[in-house]
Amino acid sequence: MGSLNRFGRPFLALIFIALAALAAPSAKAQSVAEIVPQMYDASLGDLRDAVAALVATGEDAALPILQALGAGNLYEADNGGIFIQTGRNQYEDALTGAEADLDVTGDLSTIRINNSLRRDIAAAVGSLTLMSENPATRRAAAAQMFSTADPANIELLDQALAEEDNPGVRTVMEQARAAAMLRADISEEDFAAAVAVIAARGDRQALGILNANLANASEAERVNIEAGISRINQSLQLWGIGQNVWYGVSLGSVLLLAAIGLAITFGVMGVINMAHGEMVMIGAYVTFFVQEIIRTTNPGLFDYSLAIAIPMAFAVTGLIGIAIERGIIRWLYGRPLETLLATWGLSLIIQQGVRTIFGATNREVGNPSWMSGAFELGGLAITWNRMWIVVFALVVFALLLLVLNKTPLGLQMRAVTQNRRMASAMGIRTPWVDAMTFGLGSGVAGLAGVALSQIDNVSPNLGQSYIIDSFMVVVFGGVGNLWGTLVGALTLGVANKFLEPYAGAVLAKILILVLIILFIQRRPRGLFALKGRAVEA
Amino acid sequence: MITAKIFEKLGVKAIWVVAILLALAIAVPMSNLLLPVGHPLRVPNYLVPLMGQYLTYATLALALDLVWGYCGILSLGHGAFFALGGYAMGMYLMRQIGTRGVYSNAVLPDFMVFLGWRELPWYWQGFDMFWFAAIMMAFVPGLLAFIFGWFAFRSRVTGVYLSIITQALTYALMLAFFRNDMGFGGNNGLTDFRDILGAPIPAATTRASLFAASAILLALCFILCSLIVRSKLGKVMVAVRDAESRTRFIGYRVENVKLFAFTVSAVMAGLAGALYVPQVGIINPGEFAPANSIEVVIWTAVGGRGTLVGPIIGAIVVNAAKSYFTGTFADLWLFILGGMFVFVTLFMPKGIVGIFTSTWSALQQRRASASAEKGVDTEPPTPPAQKPQPRQSNDAPDGAKPSPAE
Amino acid sequence: MVDTLRDGSLLYLDGVSVTFDGFRALNSLSLVVQRDELQAIIGPNGAGKTTMMDIITGKTRPDTGEVFFEGGIDLTKKDETEIANLGIGRKFQKPTVFGSHTVWDNIELSLKKPRGVFASWFYTRDSADTDRITAILDTVRLTHRKHEFAANLSHGQKQWLEIGMLLAQDPKLLLVDEPVAGMTDSETEETSKLLKEISKHHSVVVVEHDMSFVRDLDCRVTCLAEGAVLAQGSLEHVSSDPLVIERYLGR
Repeated sequence: MGSLNRFGRPFLALIFIALAALAAPSAKAQSVAEIVPQMYDASLGDLRDAVAALVATGEDAALPILQALGAGNLYEADNGGIFIQTGRNQYEDALTGAEADLDVTGDLSTIRINNSLRRDIAAAVGSLTLMSENPATRRAAAAQMFSTADPANIELLDQALAEEDNPGVRTVMEQARAAAMLRADISEEDFAAAVAVIAARGDRQALGILNANLANASEAERVNIEAGISRINQSLQLWGIGQNVWYGVSLGSVLLLAAIGLAITFGVMGVINMAHGEMVMIGAYVTFFVQEIIRTTNPGLFDYSLAIAIPMAFAVTGLIGIAIERGIIRWLYGRPLETLLATWGLSLIIQQGVRTIFGATNREVGNPSWMSGAFELGGLAITWNRMWIVVFALVVFALLLLVLNKTPLGLQMRAVTQNRRMASAMGIRTPWVDAMTFGLGSGVAGLAGVALSQIDNVSPNLGQSYIIDSFMVVVFGGVGNLWGTLVGALTLGVANKFLEPYAGAVLAKILILVLIILFIQRRPRGLFALKGRAVEA
Repeated sequence: MITAKIFEKLGVKAIWVVAILLALAIAVPMSNLLLPVGHPLRVPNYLVPLMGQYLTYATLALALDLVWGYCGILSLGHGAFFALGGYAMGMYLMRQIGTRGVYSNAVLPDFMVFLGWRELPWYWQGFDMFWFAAIMMAFVPGLLAFIFGWFAFRSRVTGVYLSIITQALTYALMLAFFRNDMGFGGNNGLTDFRDILGAPIPAATTRASLFAASAILLALCFILCSLIVRSKLGKVMVAVRDAESRTRFIGYRVENVKLFAFTVSAVMAGLAGALYVPQVGIINPGEFAPANSIEVVIWTAVGGRGTLVGPIIGAIVVNAAKSYFTGTFADLWLFILGGMFVFVTLFMPKGIVGIFTSTWSALQQRRASASAEKGVDTEPPTPPAQKPQPRQSNDAPDGAKPSPAE
Repeated sequence: MVDTLRDGSLLYLDGVSVTFDGFRALNSLSLVVQRDELQAIIGPNGAGKTTMMDIITGKTRPDTGEVFFEGGIDLTKKDETEIANLGIGRKFQKPTVFGSHTVWDNIELSLKKPRGVFASWFYTRDSADTDRITAILDTVRLTHRKHEFAANLSHGQKQWLEIGMLLAQDPKLLLVDEPVAGMTDSETEETSKLLKEISKHHSVVVVEHDMSFVRDLDCRVTCLAEGAVLAQGSLEHVSSDPLVIERYLGR
């Protein structure tokens, strides 16, 4: 069987191409629309001609018809129409794409083909796709051939390679060719070269192909393949580390979002806000609320729901934050431990309030279409929602830096932080700055809530699960320094994800907590601590 | 002679409190056991373990007050010490079940058989003996507090930083105890206890004895705290609370003072937890939840921190309210608890006891001035000794962070 | 030569430098305090006076330089508590007393006694201690307020209570930072008398801006500027130094 394949298929393909070449001149004038009706009640020989004619047209429209014919999905109707089956009892016209009305068409029956024709069609489809105008189609076809690794495709691939000038597509084609070559009877040098090409690809698919060829390889080939396999394993390991880093960055960005508002209220103002997590939670509920309204009034806007929720969440939580500062926190300045207790009480009230209004169960917040799904980057699998959250976290971070460093509010905030009395004497309304700062911190927490609603359960307890982690990030990074928060969040995220495979998720978290507790002993003011007398005065 | 000296060291107030607690320790069990059911003075069965729980809570609050009210260390992880003491007791009680468990294994508790364990882990050894378990109830929380405090106080972690890492500590312990591999029953914790020191736990006499033990433990802790607080050491603790670096410049080892208070406090919390467990019949990782530890803070704050009676009153009042509201208006309770945090910090910084003492001195002052007006020959009115508001633990020269209002 | 200077001194600083975030607070500062000497230190704001005290009492570690006490004890290796127990007492610029303790308790806490946890727990006051506390309260004129909470004292009284606490510690060296800030003229005068009295048996270093007070002290004066010694000697000598006039007095 194997030997027949090794000889037979290229041989047949050669014949087919010769036939196609013969048929080509006569078919040159024909278009797809002219060829298809000829397929009704055609003999195998006629069909073979039709296939060759379809290939010769070079039209994109020929491709689905050929594929349907190869897969046994092409039907002829009693009235002479040709149809493609698209689903159970669903057919559409091969030329117009119109849905078939069985009352008009009469009975449909499959256009039968034999194995030799099926092979011809496969080669024909390959040549149509490999020679397509569209690089994406060519690439997909090459990738398909890589996974089938059929030596029959070698000729086609060689032809395609001769004309291919897109380097990305070229690489895939070469890999597909190499995979097919491994199954063909080739010299030792060619075999080694093919293994090298596949090993360079370095993913699991390549590993599978090499492993499949290991079984019936000669001694020399085996050495080659094993070297290739170990190369692939190394590269997979590297990608694995990369994937872990990505997971870590992704977790870190979530931590950053949750902690960054805290870094403002705690770091800049010195206020411990235990209700910070609840601001995050409210942000998530605002997202839920916005989506609910969109669902009932204007479902078409769903993809924009987050864009609407972001400013709303910022405004709602920001205003709540200002209210909290004016109502409670301003009476407690200089008494950080009391602030901590009062805001904890507040967090209980907010949680219970949300529970009373929205219920204790998880609320469904949907992903807009642009946030669902995943893509691959080299050996990395990246989901779109995680990707966007990382981007969002960095954007929020950059904006905050801008606000703090470049706006009048930021300047006033820094002035008040450094010397309240002097700032007041210079005419800065310090109470107003306090309220704005706290509002800003809370508003950012609301933004975090919008992002977290995309990856976590939206429930009244949402905030609580983040509050301790957020404090850890701020304390670890160093108080009063946004860069410290960034580094702290990413470090903790990555460290967590690297510990997880060895220790399990829970133990990793415990280890991180213990490490931070130990770290604070060594550097009580965090990674990026301010130094000097200013801190102590 | 010696008793007179002890009396002098303790102070009148402490003797009153101890006397009341001892009276309770005798009266409640007697009323429950001796009076016939339905008698108006009889303490009903359900109330005995409930009151016993309140007393263990009061001990926990007292322990927290020793570090927070007197030493300025706001621990948000005292529930961890309470729970560790409770687990030590729970382990003893599990070993007492013996072959009466579902799997009838003489040595292994049910959950270990269920997990397919063949041997008792090393850290479960010895817990079949009460004396060993009793030592562990004090030793394990004490050791943890000592190690934690040794590092934390030596590196001068103060104020909110310390609060946050104590919270992280109890959170980490909670996560750890939730794991089945830890060998403490995982999610379900330890429960289905049968008997303690040979006496069946559900029996009325056992419950009464446990109540009495709780009252006596609280009395003993109260005596210990009074002895500490009224001594020069107590004054040093307050000095550390009010001006840590000043105390250091006078020559006291601030970290040792804190470490002593923290460790003693953890031991008291652990013992309280140990008595709590047989009275509620279960210990699970939920006891480590950070929210529990913060609740202890509110008991202490409501009663009045920096006084020894305050936390006892606070623990009992808040928990009685909790029992009432969670029974009748369950949804309201968290609003009330949250409101209490806000209200007490804003309007009642000295708690119930503070309100009483200030009203009391205001009354006295009015009476003194009234009698002075009448021309009655009394001692010249001394201005009421209004205790100044204690400053935060992080005094200015040592402040951990910029505090905007200063 | 240098060594004999160090051995004979009570406090010896040589080449001490310290930098905070690029700001050089002390720049190779050298200073000697003899036994039972009263020394005044003057200088503009930011001259490093408080930083110098922080270094001596162990609050700040110098980047370079030597700090020796009684000739052989290296203070840079000790922390605040150890240094306090060696016999160096400090009064802060901003008076810090224990506000929720009575005046009496403030003195009692400072009294030179074993400082250990258990020693403090089981401490009982004997009649000698009572006499000592009474005497100190007399000295700082707070006898009539001894049962009041220190937080309720006036600013000047707090300053004196802090000096009283220093006395109770019975240190060999007293570092006094701006003792007369916020005092009336008569209080200032009393304070200078008190410090002179104390300096008969103790070494005292006074940091002060009030020139008339420094004149009253009638002692050796050191002028610091930009973290180093500018001039040293009698007040007349120092205040006529052209550099001192340019950098400090003239401004």
